[in-house]
Amino acid sequence: MTHPAPSLIARYATGDRGVDDATVWALEAHLESCAGCRSGLAAALAPDLHGLLDRASVGIDAAIGGGPAPVPVSRGRRLTTTARLWPWPVSAVVLVLMALGLDRVYPQMPSLVMLLAPVVPLIPVAAVWSRPLDPAWELTSSAPRGGLWLLLRRTLAMMLALLPVLTVAGLLTGHSPAVWLLPALALTAGSLLGGPLVGGVDRAAVALGVIWAAAVVVPSLQTRHAPAVLTAGSQIWWALVTAALVAVLGAQLRHRGDFSH
Amino acid sequence: MRTVRAADIAPQTYRWSIEARNLTVKAGRHQAVNGLDLSLGIGVHGLLGANGAGKTTLMRCLATVIQPAGGELSLLGAEVSRGSRLRGIRRDLGYLPQAFGYYPRFTVREFVEYVAWLKETPAQDIPGAVQRAVERVGLEAKADAKMKSLSGGMLRRAGIAQAIVNDPAVLLLDEPTVGLDPEQRLDFRDLLRTLGVESCLLVSTHLVEDVAAACTDVVMIHEGRTAWTGTPEELAAAGADSAPGDSPTERGYATVLGRYREQAVR
Repeated sequence: MTHPAPSLIARYATGDRGVDDATVWALEAHLESCAGCRSGLAAALAPDLHGLLDRASVGIDAAIGGGPAPVPVSRGRRLTTTARLWPWPVSAVVLVLMALGLDRVYPQMPSLVMLLAPVVPLIPVAAVWSRPLDPAWELTSSAPRGGLWLLLRRTLAMMLALLPVLTVAGLLTGHSPAVWLLPALALTAGSLLGGPLVGGVDRAAVALGVIWAAAVVVPSLQTRHAPAVLTAGSQIWWALVTAALVAVLGAQLRHRGDFSH
Repeated sequence: MRTVRAADIAPQTYRWSIEARNLTVKAGRHQAVNGLDLSLGIGVHGLLGANGAGKTTLMRCLATVIQPAGGELSLLGAEVSRGSRLRGIRRDLGYLPQAFGYYPRFTVREFVEYVAWLKETPAQDIPGAVQRAVERVGLEAKADAKMKSLSGGMLRRAGIAQAIVNDPAVLLLDEPTVGLDPEQRLDFRDLLRTLGVESCLLVSTHLVEDVAAACTDVVMIHEGRTAWTGTPEELAAAGADSAPGDSPTERGYATVLGRYREQAVR
C-alpha cells in the first residue's frame, strides 16, 4: 500500500484549497482504512488541538458537575400510580378483617371470610379501571402501554396485595385457599372480560359482586349452610371456568383492538 | 440527547398525518362530530369553533381515546377504526386533554416520567426526554414540586410537557393556552412554531388571536362539520368591516362563521 506524503496530509488537514477534489477523495478513502496516516493527520492538525479538546472536556465536566444532579427514575411510582387508589385495597382488607371478627363472634354461621373471599378482590379491581377514579384516564387510554396490558398490570398488583391477606384470614378461620382462590380468579377474569360488554370493568365488577351476594352470600346466611359452589367438589368446575376465561383473555390480548373504553 | 432511529429517516408513506373523510364521532348519544373532512400535514393547525362545536370530541377521537362512529380516519397513514391495533400510532401521538387529569401527589418530573413510560419510551432515554420536555415548557424550576402545588398556568405547562415528551409526530393540544399569562402565551407561541416544523400540531382554541399569531393554517368547525379552512391571513382578509370583533382575525372569524350559518340554514 502506498501512503500519501506527509506534506499532502498536512495540506489536507489545514484545508488547503490547492488540493484538487480527486486527490481529496483518494486521500479520505485511504485515511478511512489506515490508522497510521490518521495519526499523521491528527498530528498535522492545529498543534494545539489536543489542548483544545482537553480544555473543552474540562469545561464540560465542570458544567456537568455544577448542574443539578441526575435524578434517578422512580420505578416504584408506576405501581403506586394508582396512589389515589390505595383506599380501595385498604377497604377490601378492612372488609376481610370485619368478616374475620364476625366469624369469631358467630362460629355457628357459615364463614363470612370464605363467602366474601371470592368477591373481595373485585373491590380494588373495579377501582383500577374506573374513569371517575382515575384522573388521567384520557392519557392512559391514548397511550400505547394503556389498554388491556395496563389493566392486567394494575389488576395483578392489586391481587398480589390482597391474596396474602385473604390467605391468612382464611387459614385463621380454617379454610384453605384451595376453596376460594379459583372462584376469586374466575370472578376477576370475568369482570375484566365483561368490562367492554357492559361499558366498563368497574360496572362489570360491581355487577358480578351483586350477583355473588344475591346468589351465594344471602342464601347461605339464611340457610346457615356453606354454599355448594364453595365446596371441594365444585372446584373442578371453577378450574374449568377459570381456564376458559383466562384463555379468552389471552386471545383478546392478541386480537382485540386497542380501544379500551 | 435523542438518537436518530431508523424509523425517523424512513420515507413517509402517507400524504397527510391526519386524514378524515366524513368522520362521525359520538359524545354519549349526541353526534358531536357529524360528517367532518380534514386533511392535515406537517405544521401548526388551529382548530377554531364555538363552544359545543365538537372540538373536544374531535380531539378525543384523534387521540384514539374514543372510537369513530362512522366515516374514515387515518393517522400517520394507519387506519383507525373499531378493533384496529393502535399501539404503533399511539407511540407517535401527544395529547393534552381539555380536562387535564393528573395525579396530585406526583411531582412534575414523576408525572412526565410516567407518561413517557406509558408511551413506551426506552427506559434509558426517559430521564433525558423528561428533562428536555420540562425545559421546553420552562418548568425546570418546578420540576420537583408536587403537581397539587402548581398554579393553573404551570399545570397547563406540565400538561404540554407530558404531551411532547415522546417527540410526537402528531400533537393534539386541547385549549393549551387557558390559564397562561400574556408572557407565557408568547413563549408558548414560540414553542408551537418550533414544534410545528417537524410534526403535525392541532391546537384547539377559542382564542382567535392565538391562531392568528402562531398557526400556519386554520380549520373552523361548526356543529361537527368543517365550516372553513384557510390561512390566518385569509381569515383576516375575509373579515367584513361591519362584523363584530376588535382585530381583523376576529372580524374574519365572525364573518366566515356567519356566512357558513346562513348557508347551513338554506
